[in-house]
Amino acid sequence: MDWNILSWLIWLPILGSAVIILIPREKADTIKFVAAVATGIQLLVAIVLWTKFDSSTVGFQFQEKVSWISSLNVHYSLGIDGLSLPMALLTALLSFLCIFVSWKIEKAIKGYFALFLLLDAGMMGVFLSLDFFLFYIFWEVVLLPMFFLIGMWGGSQREYAAIKFFLYTLAGSVLMFIAILALYFACGRTFDMIEIMAIAPTALAGKLWWGFESLKVIWILFFIAFAIKVPIFPFHTWLPLAHVEAPTAVSVILAGVLLKMGTYGILRISYPMLPDGAVWFAGALAVLAMINIIWGALCALAQTDLKKMVAYSSINHMGFVMLGMSAVVAAGAKNGTNLIAAEAGLNGAVLQMFNHGIITAMLFILVGVIYDRAHHRNIDGFGGLGVRMPIYTGIVALAFFAGLGLPGLSGFIGEAMCLIGAFPVYRGIVIVSVFGILLNAAYFLWAFQRIFLGKLNEKYADLPEINRREIFTLVPLAVLVIFLGIYPTPVLDVMKTTLSHLIEIVQSSSLLALQ
Amino acid sequence: MDLSLYFTRQDLWGILPEIVLLVGALIILSIELFARSQRAAMLGVGILSLVIAGGFASKNFGSSFILFQGMVTLNDYSTFFDLLYMTAGIVTMVISYNYLERKGGETRGEYFALILFATMGMMLMTRGNDLVIIFLGMELLSLSLYVLVGFLRHDVFSNESAIKYLLLGAFATGFFLFGAVLVYGTTGTTNFQHIASAITNNEILSDTLLSLGIGLLLVGFAFKVALVPFHMWSPDVYQGAPTSVTAFLCTAPKAAGFGALLKVFLVAFPALHADWQDLLWALALLTMIVGNISALVQTNVKRMLAFSSVTHAGYLCIGILVLNEMGVSAILFYLLVYSVMNLGAFGIISLLEKEEKGVNFKDYEGLASKHPWLSASLALFMLSLAGFPPTAGFVAKYTLFSSAISEGYIWLIIIAILNTLVSVYYYVRLIVNMYMRTSEETLVPFLHPLLSVVIFILAISIMFFGVLPGWLIDTVTQAARIYT
Repeated sequence: MDWNILSWLIWLPILGSAVIILIPREKADTIKFVAAVATGIQLLVAIVLWTKFDSSTVGFQFQEKVSWISSLNVHYSLGIDGLSLPMALLTALLSFLCIFVSWKIEKAIKGYFALFLLLDAGMMGVFLSLDFFLFYIFWEVVLLPMFFLIGMWGGSQREYAAIKFFLYTLAGSVLMFIAILALYFACGRTFDMIEIMAIAPTALAGKLWWGFESLKVIWILFFIAFAIKVPIFPFHTWLPLAHVEAPTAVSVILAGVLLKMGTYGILRISYPMLPDGAVWFAGALAVLAMINIIWGALCALAQTDLKKMVAYSSINHMGFVMLGMSAVVAAGAKNGTNLIAAEAGLNGAVLQMFNHGIITAMLFILVGVIYDRAHHRNIDGFGGLGVRMPIYTGIVALAFFAGLGLPGLSGFIGEAMCLIGAFPVYRGIVIVSVFGILLNAAYFLWAFQRIFLGKLNEKYADLPEINRREIFTLVPLAVLVIFLGIYPTPVLDVMKTTLSHLIEIVQSSSLLALQ
Repeated sequence: MDLSLYFTRQDLWGILPEIVLLVGALIILSIELFARSQRAAMLGVGILSLVIAGGFASKNFGSSFILFQGMVTLNDYSTFFDLLYMTAGIVTMVISYNYLERKGGETRGEYFALILFATMGMMLMTRGNDLVIIFLGMELLSLSLYVLVGFLRHDVFSNESAIKYLLLGAFATGFFLFGAVLVYGTTGTTNFQHIASAITNNEILSDTLLSLGIGLLLVGFAFKVALVPFHMWSPDVYQGAPTSVTAFLCTAPKAAGFGALLKVFLVAFPALHADWQDLLWALALLTMIVGNISALVQTNVKRMLAFSSVTHAGYLCIGILVLNEMGVSAILFYLLVYSVMNLGAFGIISLLEKEEKGVNFKDYEGLASKHPWLSASLALFMLSLAGFPPTAGFVAKYTLFSSAISEGYIWLIIIAILNTLVSVYYYVRLIVNMYMRTSEETLVPFLHPLLSVVIFILAISIMFFGVLPGWLIDTVTQAARIYT
């Protein structure tokens, strides 16, 4: 493209961050204004990108490729397809809204917004990079601001939460880096992801490393790296802690975008580069998905802290994404070439990634609203707030219903598609997972009842209603939840071609042939 | 007496940088003699002579000479190191400004003169093409360092570390010398090329004695660059020495040690690579692991950085194992970046230090809220030491490790990468203390415009070489190519 639209998406927030660093720290309003402008333009650019995106072609669009470190064969290479576009849109939207969610931050405003924009740029970079070296750098760039944002602006246990998050995810990135190096050397010393996608399946075929098939070794390394990010049981323990300690806007980004980096990585890297691994691991992925769904829901049910409950609901919801991803094997000859199921599963997975980003953002913002007023998040500590805060209650009801997968709201469609896709292949697992939805309903409704219904807790008789700024951050999300619940086609259309191509790649895996 | 029998005009031109340093040192000593209070003048002369020497040295870039009948070689390899030492020397002098006074000592002219002498010694170590020259350079360096380490003469720790360094360093030199003697005895020469040709032509008196000699040389070097199990001196010395000296000690002399080690093993003993590679493999492994684990439990920042530099020496050993141009260029890149990060880190520590305070992790609590720029720089150096992208530390580790992988040292690299992961913990601990804790009283830095500029340049270069390392990679590749 003529005007490097993808670079703008990444560099706008970095530019904003640099400007903020130069503004004296007393000028808090200017700092917030710059942050809002930078992310606002970024959102506009992302929307323009969406309108210009041609959803009927396979492959990457708006590509940019410049030699960066020639002696290491590293390129600055960007591109977008139907998988990364929804993620880029989600990132831009949530980053923009989160600037307003953070409006009342008081401590070290300058540092906060500078880091926040850096985080935004890093996430965008992860979704747009097509060079492994660049991808890894952005992956790590995301980690650092997050570490500071949790550790400096978080709650009472913030230091422990930040370090745990940092070391956990860094362990994952290091494993990922080993896997990247393995691919680099196996595929003729290139970091170009498109090239590796083309070469890797043949380059790795039949290679043994220390008695293991090389592609399985690489798959496992990548999988652990992404599993920590998603997080997939048993790597999920950092998540509730980090979520609870992080400030509201950071929780929103963490759950809304960062978790998607994990599933995005699996779909962008593991599936097309290691299709045999994808098929080999699909069963295990489905089982892990089931554990995530049930375990996440059960843990959420047991929480007394509202934010922790929402955090565990993320683990549950990401389980559906994984279940949908495992459905890709349905397309194989071995499983009856059920293309419809595979498509439903994959499309459902990506749709669920997008929808969960929206819904969980709403949930966290809403938790933040009540925490700002009552200064605690104990579910049993409220009661009857519905009388006192009718608007707030209404929005919470919408978010909770979306979270529990009520038909007509966006959460339902993604989850249903994931379940439908996986059903022909993993019948038992799907049946168990459906109970997860039931449990979802249980904890959301139970929490709703305890907080908003019943007799008004006298302590909160004069709790102020949700204000305009907060409503402003929630309205776009609420509109999307309802709109995509009724008419998900705009998002599905974008990803369809790309995911069909992905299914074809996995279909070609020898493991799926009839013996 | 006709001197031209012994050396030519070209020889003298070649060692012009050393001569400049010598003259500079003598001027400083004269100022000390006649105008003791003129510390700024002494500092100025010191920096100026390093700059001039650096200017002369950099003129050699791109050409190579053999001087003094093969005793000294000048090429891009040695020039790269010359400039590295001089940069480290300049930074050290700047951060030394007023440091000893803050610690209750006194800056004397000898201090600057000794840094110049040490720089000369290091230059001889990497320019030398003969075991005798290497030995001379090493002695000149070590003797200067022994004095510098004990420069806080009222401080017990400083004295202790000086004695410790002297005794152990003398042992190490002894080992080195004995190794050199055995090599000379078996091959009949101390010149690297002649040793190499004697080995390839199989004109050796005794294989056993030669192996013993090589082993002893390795022990000598291992002491100098602090490889486990010869690293015991380094934490005590790093901790006890004035921090400005520690900054110097852990950068330039370490680079000199590795530079000379590379030269000896790659020029003189390449044919015996198979014999010594297992030894180096084990040394690298031990050094990484022991350094890392010891660093985890330190409460003193200087000690932590001492163990961290032991760990980095372990990584560098991997590069020596690789034994090709890629490995050498990776080492050069790593040494430069390593020096910049450590100079920066120790520089900041030194200007935060006051009397007893400023060296423990606890002292750093809440620093970021009072001094955001300083904390950000220190955090940047820590992240770079941890090898975090997009800092130069990441590119350095990447080039080093990938050069080793392409030679098949896969397990060693996997262990190294896991070590890197562990190391993040202790670097990040300092960041956590600065940013995520609060404290009633924070450290008050001694900030001087010159100091701020130097720290700023170091920090910027860490970012610059991390994002755009292309130019530096090309430079070190050239420096490595001409050498072999």
